[in-house]
Amino acid sequence: MLKITNLHVAVDDKPILKGLNLEVAAGELHAIMGPNGSGKSTLGYALAGRDGYEITSGAVDFEGRDLADMEPEERAAAGLFLAFQYPVEIPGVNNAYFLRAALNAQRAARGEPEVDSMAFLKAVRESLKALKMDESLLKRAVNEGFSGGEKKRNEIVQMAVLKPKLAILDETDSGLDIDALKLVAEGINRLRDPARSFVVITHYQRLLEYLEPDRVHVLSDGQIVESGGRELAERLESEGYAFLESDAVEV
Amino acid sequence: MNQTVEQVDRYIRQRYKAGFYTDIESDRVPAGLNEEIIAMISAKKEEPEWLLEWRLKAFHHWQTMVGPNWAMLKLPAIDFQKIHYYAAPKQQDRPKSLDEVDPKLLETFDKLGVPLHERARLAGVAVDAVFDSVSVGTTFQKELAEAGVIFCSFSEAVKDHPELVREYLGSVVPYTDNYFAALNSAVFSDGSFVYIPENTRCPMELSTYFRINARDTGQFERTLIIAEPGSEVSYLEGCTAPMRDENQLHAAVVELVARKQARIKYSTVQNWYPGDENGKGGIYNFVTKRGDCREDDARISWTQVETGSAITWKYPSCILRGDRSAGEFYSVALTHNHQQADTGTKMIHLGKNTTSKIISKGISAGKSNNSYRGLVRVARRADNARNYTQCDSLLIGKTCGAHTFPYIESANPTATIEHEATTSRVGEDQLFYCRSRGLDEENAVAMIVDGFCKEVFKELPMEFAVEAKALLEISLEGAVG
Repeated sequence: MLKITNLHVAVDDKPILKGLNLEVAAGELHAIMGPNGSGKSTLGYALAGRDGYEITSGAVDFEGRDLADMEPEERAAAGLFLAFQYPVEIPGVNNAYFLRAALNAQRAARGEPEVDSMAFLKAVRESLKALKMDESLLKRAVNEGFSGGEKKRNEIVQMAVLKPKLAILDETDSGLDIDALKLVAEGINRLRDPARSFVVITHYQRLLEYLEPDRVHVLSDGQIVESGGRELAERLESEGYAFLESDAVEV
Repeated sequence: MNQTVEQVDRYIRQRYKAGFYTDIESDRVPAGLNEEIIAMISAKKEEPEWLLEWRLKAFHHWQTMVGPNWAMLKLPAIDFQKIHYYAAPKQQDRPKSLDEVDPKLLETFDKLGVPLHERARLAGVAVDAVFDSVSVGTTFQKELAEAGVIFCSFSEAVKDHPELVREYLGSVVPYTDNYFAALNSAVFSDGSFVYIPENTRCPMELSTYFRINARDTGQFERTLIIAEPGSEVSYLEGCTAPMRDENQLHAAVVELVARKQARIKYSTVQNWYPGDENGKGGIYNFVTKRGDCREDDARISWTQVETGSAITWKYPSCILRGDRSAGEFYSVALTHNHQQADTGTKMIHLGKNTTSKIISKGISAGKSNNSYRGLVRVARRADNARNYTQCDSLLIGKTCGAHTFPYIESANPTATIEHEATTSRVGEDQLFYCRSRGLDEENAVAMIVDGFCKEVFKELPMEFAVEAKALLEISLEGAVG
């Protein structure tokens, strides 16, 4: 599904990712943990194609295609989804309208017909219900006036409707209370599928308690310095990121 | 080489879909502006003596005036002697019905999406179609007459309802008002006339479609709407012109009179040719629009979507004379490439407990300049007047400008005046968010802009809101990237 080889990314000429390697097979869920400033969000943005996140060397292969050659919207149509750490407000643009336009744009790019309105509405309503969000959110503007938790859950609603092949979740758990965290985790678990992969970027292992990560990676100073199973997340939780300093020498 | 030019040409034409020209023989007065020309126009229209006198008075006054220089506009000098002030498609007699109208003209309006012939008419919308200096036809006149509503060209009104025209002409915008209003008063050709009798709700939307076609002409139309006590009307105007390298002048005057408890809703979708991407050609749109809430509880609402014209100079205003009268102004003004717009409103509170609301949305792209200029004036006796102004500017790219010039003059301490203004740029984060969901850059910008304009669009009649939205998208093509 996703193969990142020796990825170097610079922002404003400053190197952030410095030789990152990662391989995610179809159906897998990988967690990426790491201290602030280690390059977690940069990885998400670089994969989604944000301007200013320049791939200076290395390669990102997504289902046989080179991501570096693709515009953000092409990546979306190819099945890549980024749940934002800070979802963006678009005043005046109806939430349901936005989502439907996005879905139809993706479908058009894939040569598929427009989505049936009724089927679309049904899917959105189901997702909203599952995430315990009020239907009135559909009529409100995209993320405008949403609480922090609502914004994060709205990203999961979008993900559920867009049904990506690869979802990158950038600190979707931050700022959520325990109930909302469980709902988000359930939302992710519902979408687990042998043909769908997840990269869950998180600072804490809290969210991972409700997910079943196939691999956990530790990102530090732009590189993956440690990989393992769930136990790695638990170790990070108990010992903090400080142990990286000593471990990094051994690796 | 030629092929490339053609491709570019086709591309530009696609953007401005109304840019075609109708090849039709036209009857023009010679270029130039003097008493003889004015008399000639008046004679062509078989006008009564008093109207010619009024025109000449306006002309003499205009000669004493200088053009406005206070707007945030680079106004090139206009040679008023080079303009033809009257151009009309040639035909034998005034057509008695639409069947007698030159098919070429009907075809033109068909192509513009404003069908005039019986079968294809827009349901529920009566249309007056003005081509250069004359009205070519008005639909649904019979149906409207049954309700007592008069909807006809200005020329017909002068002939058939001279007493109404004489009473109200210049009563809201006197010919002394400003330079372009004086010019219009001297040379105005056609336009629409609307009269809604007492306690009548106009049974359908009224609209006028203005089309400039002939070369080297200006369009100087005049619209007059009279709403008698307790009446209600919604009126909409649209405008387009062929793409030409020279600039053409459009100087219109619109007067609205709302009597006791009458309501007038006036909407404009302005899509005059804006010039090419290097700023060549385009219409100079210098327009005076004013509504008079002449008696108590009258209400006038202006909604405008301005996407066209090389230069726009326009301030639809309300005089809130009657107690508890209300004025509203909703505006979307979009400028792209080298377009310039200086537009806004004036709300003049004279009566007690009068209210006004101003929602202005300016969008600038390319190398354009977009200014909001608005005046809220509260007279001494206008107790408890209230105004709310919200003025938002959206910038696309880094080479455009947005400016806000609010003027507040209050002579009454009981007045409440609120003003909110914001300027924002179409954010890189918003664009990226949309694109990461699958929308391409142009669709993303269109969506963000549409959201920005929502408060204004919802004031437009349904069909026109859709048109306005589409127009905005076309006008923004190539604004990013």
